[in-house]
Amino acid sequence: MNIHEYQAKELLRRYGVAVLDGHVARTPEEAEAAAAGLGGPVTVVKAQIHAGGRGAGRFADDPGGKGGVRLAKSPAEAKAAAAAMLGHTLVTKQTGPSGKVVNQVYVEAGCDIGRELYLSLLIDRDTSRLTVIASTEGGMEIEEVAANHPERILRAAIDPASGISGFHCRKLGFGLGLKGAQLRSFEAFVTAMVRAFHEMDCAVIEVNPLVVTKAGEVVALDAKVSFDDNALYRHKELEALRDDTEMDPKELDAARHDLNYVALDGEIGCMVNGAGLAMATMDIIKLYGSSPANFLDVGGTANAARVTEAFRIITSDANVKAILVNIFGGIAKCDMIAEGIVAATKTLHLTVPLVVRLEGTNVELGKKILAESGLAIIPAENLADAAQKAVAAVKRAA
Amino acid sequence: MAVLVNETTRVMTQGFTGAQGTFHASQGIAYGSNYVGGVTPGKGGTLHPELNLPVFDTVAECRAATDADASVIYVPAPFAADAILEAIDAEVPLVVCITEGIPVLDMVRVKRALAGSRSRLVGPNCPGVITPDACKIGIMPGHIHRRGSVGIVSRSGTLTYEAVAQTTAAGLGQSSCVGIGGDPVKGMDFIEVLELFLADPETLSIVMIGEIGGQSEIQAAEYLKRENFAPGKPGKPVVGFIAGATAPPGRRMGHAGAVISGGRDTAAAKMEAMAACGIHVADSPAALGSTMVRALRG
Repeated sequence: MNIHEYQAKELLRRYGVAVLDGHVARTPEEAEAAAAGLGGPVTVVKAQIHAGGRGAGRFADDPGGKGGVRLAKSPAEAKAAAAAMLGHTLVTKQTGPSGKVVNQVYVEAGCDIGRELYLSLLIDRDTSRLTVIASTEGGMEIEEVAANHPERILRAAIDPASGISGFHCRKLGFGLGLKGAQLRSFEAFVTAMVRAFHEMDCAVIEVNPLVVTKAGEVVALDAKVSFDDNALYRHKELEALRDDTEMDPKELDAARHDLNYVALDGEIGCMVNGAGLAMATMDIIKLYGSSPANFLDVGGTANAARVTEAFRIITSDANVKAILVNIFGGIAKCDMIAEGIVAATKTLHLTVPLVVRLEGTNVELGKKILAESGLAIIPAENLADAAQKAVAAVKRAA
Repeated sequence: MAVLVNETTRVMTQGFTGAQGTFHASQGIAYGSNYVGGVTPGKGGTLHPELNLPVFDTVAECRAATDADASVIYVPAPFAADAILEAIDAEVPLVVCITEGIPVLDMVRVKRALAGSRSRLVGPNCPGVITPDACKIGIMPGHIHRRGSVGIVSRSGTLTYEAVAQTTAAGLGQSSCVGIGGDPVKGMDFIEVLELFLADPETLSIVMIGEIGGQSEIQAAEYLKRENFAPGKPGKPVVGFIAGATAPPGRRMGHAGAVISGGRDTAAAKMEAMAACGIHVADSPAALGSTMVRALRG
């Protein structure tokens, strides 16, 4: 689960991570008041969306204008900047071409930037440990730094038995070229971040840029926090930070029915059990010359109600010209799935071609139920047959 | 021979009297595996009402009384890491965790506890381990397997079944199948399973199925280049597939491990690296069996 920058900073501040003062604003007037309250010669108005690249991004209705991060030298300028962002669609490298509507801005105090660095915390698969990553290349995309200058990426893996220690911070801090008071400020910063990561069950915390001020203080200029969805059950208070407007409506709908769904832009709707098989089904559709409209893992406990919900969500996508069901029953039983398919097809008055491949537990029963249903279901013998028939059905419909 | 489990494996179940534990233990018994008992804290001293096997309060007690040498875990996610830690503490040689959705920081602690322990962990978030006609630990449908010569190792559950069905249809069968699971922090990874397959005389060829995200398939391919394909090494044919070629970057595709983040963890990059190391890469998930047949013909 992702949250906004202003929410991330508020949480990190509670752990003692150094962030600048700021206020969230949902109207230009609120932004003006926030800037006046902060005082100082300059404030920064930042669009709050769940995507990076805001500064370099452009608004859809003003492609020649400024981006989603703007300096304001007075409360009036902050108000104007907020007015230009709120309710407008910001397109960045990470939002995709459709962009995201800005519903709130963060008005933050300015700061005297000495150096811009990079810092993030994540679980590194290679070491299976929480790892702090730092780089001198602040403000850059870290993937590009990793590809072009791997030597500029520093890592400190933290042993869960002994925890964060001074040497981790010194290894990173000296590597970044920090000295004296800067180093002490950095050590406090990293230690607080590690504690925040642990206590909130984060998936990733990324601070880019991390700023060393001219006074020698280490401060988070930006902050991206995402939580481990599997651990949210033990952090009920964090659920309140979820912003549903940032999610695809179909994905939100699916999540409410416990279905694992990701919207894509193709024409064959997919319902599959298991994430790996679901990805492989998408791949084979592409291989045979069409493209998948979605990823959907119906899970191991699929019954009539879940199949109906899955079909409803798949067919709510107007681009879907055929549906491919691919079930390899292990825990999922083919007869239960077949009954679900028959019920869903009738309930939803399904009109697009439906190709069904069943294999595994109770497959003969399942095939019999489909055959005797009298519905125009196209049965498939195996994965390749299923993909070919679904692609052929789309081509016929075109 | 086969790997990890065989005719003599004595299996205990953690979360024994729950719906999942009960159902899959009964399936394992019906398959002919040797299930000896299990653990449900608070129900120690009773007999499992359906399976007529002893229930214990702790893993250590169960192991002492039944001589179990493998434990399968069906405990719900919030308590699963604790269950794995208990099995490690009781020195169970093989621990298989089926549970999906364990918090990653819990698994970080488990991984630390595994280091230097006497236990091997398979999973979590996996279908389990099976040696056909000998021992079935996990949730895979037993009837699709045939005892044979292909060792299968996979990050995905149902896609493993696909590989099983195709190698069965090709008349090859499987020596053992190991589902290592879809989580980013897990027990055995590709290399550790491949090591067992290379050393196993019954395993004559290998199918490895990976996904987008992470580097472990590439590390495994480099391992195979050194330890399998180099002169004087076993030279067992290996077929590979990576799911997720069509997955958009940055989106999580069901498995917590399946997010593309850098450049080297895409399906294309992995397949290229695997092919460069000598692995026969199947271009389609429907071609796992046929690619293996071709690879065996040389």
